Amino acid sequence: MKEQKLQIFLNIISNYFDQFGGEELVADTPYLLENKQPKVHDYTGVIGISGGQKGVVYFSATHKLLSSLLDSMGETDKSDDNYIDLAGEVANTIAGNARTEFGSEFHISVPFVFKGAPKSIVLPNDERSFIIPITWHSQVGEIVVCLQD
Amino acid sequence: MHKLMIVDDSNIIRNRIQRAYDSGEFMLVATATSGVQALEKFNIHRPDVITMDLTMPQMDGLECIEKIIATDPDVRILVVSALSDKATGIEALSLGASGFLCKPFSEEELVESLHELVQD
Repeated sequence: MKEQKLQIFLNIISNYFDQFGGEELVADTPYLLENKQPKVHDYTGVIGISGGQKGVVYFSATHKLLSSLLDSMGETDKSDDNYIDLAGEVANTIAGNARTEFGSEFHISVPFVFKGAPKSIVLPNDERSFIIPITWHSQVGEIVVCLQD
Repeated sequence: MHKLMIVDDSNIIRNRIQRAYDSGEFMLVATATSGVQALEKFNIHRPDVITMDLTMPQMDGLECIEKIIATDPDVRILVVSALSDKATGIEALSLGASGFLCKPFSEEELVESLHELVQD
């Protein structure tokens, strides 16, 4: 995937967090990582991409980042189900909003969410992914984009 | 008073919509987590206003819109989706949706969209 496409995802994730006002999202310099060891935090929402582009987009966050997001949404239910739901919903929003740039042939799957390390491979083993580290309210997460050119 | 059904596979989104809508204008009669469940509940509760996600398991929102409109062309459906491309919006409207609100949305945007939906 070409680096200029990263800006699309940077803009999307900034826009997502802007909806809550207050502290701005900080996105660190993206970097490439081999897919053999996916970078994940406590909860990870994964979206499969097919059609015009193929690959995976995922959002991984610490429990504390998701908790801050739930607070900002006025959501008092801090059950595990809601953390899983939120990780999936953020991933879905990132991938769905990318269609503004990639078009309707950028087919996105229903989110798949897992806790901690994945039990099975979620990324193409012989590829690399762009990692976009983010910080919000001092809590960390990542957007990971693995798209074939 | 309009009868409202919220359709989204995300509990968080359903809760956000529930907290936001004007209870003087809308009465929540049902929620659904998939297109299949939405059809079942539509037939039972007959809402006249629906918020509809598009990316859902079992049956997606576009197929669900088509089936609901075929049953009742007067239902007003507000699509609430992260799919932000123009083609999806056009397709939803061509299938009978009355409005499109893109995720992420503010509660003010949702309230305004729902209010516009029911203006004659």
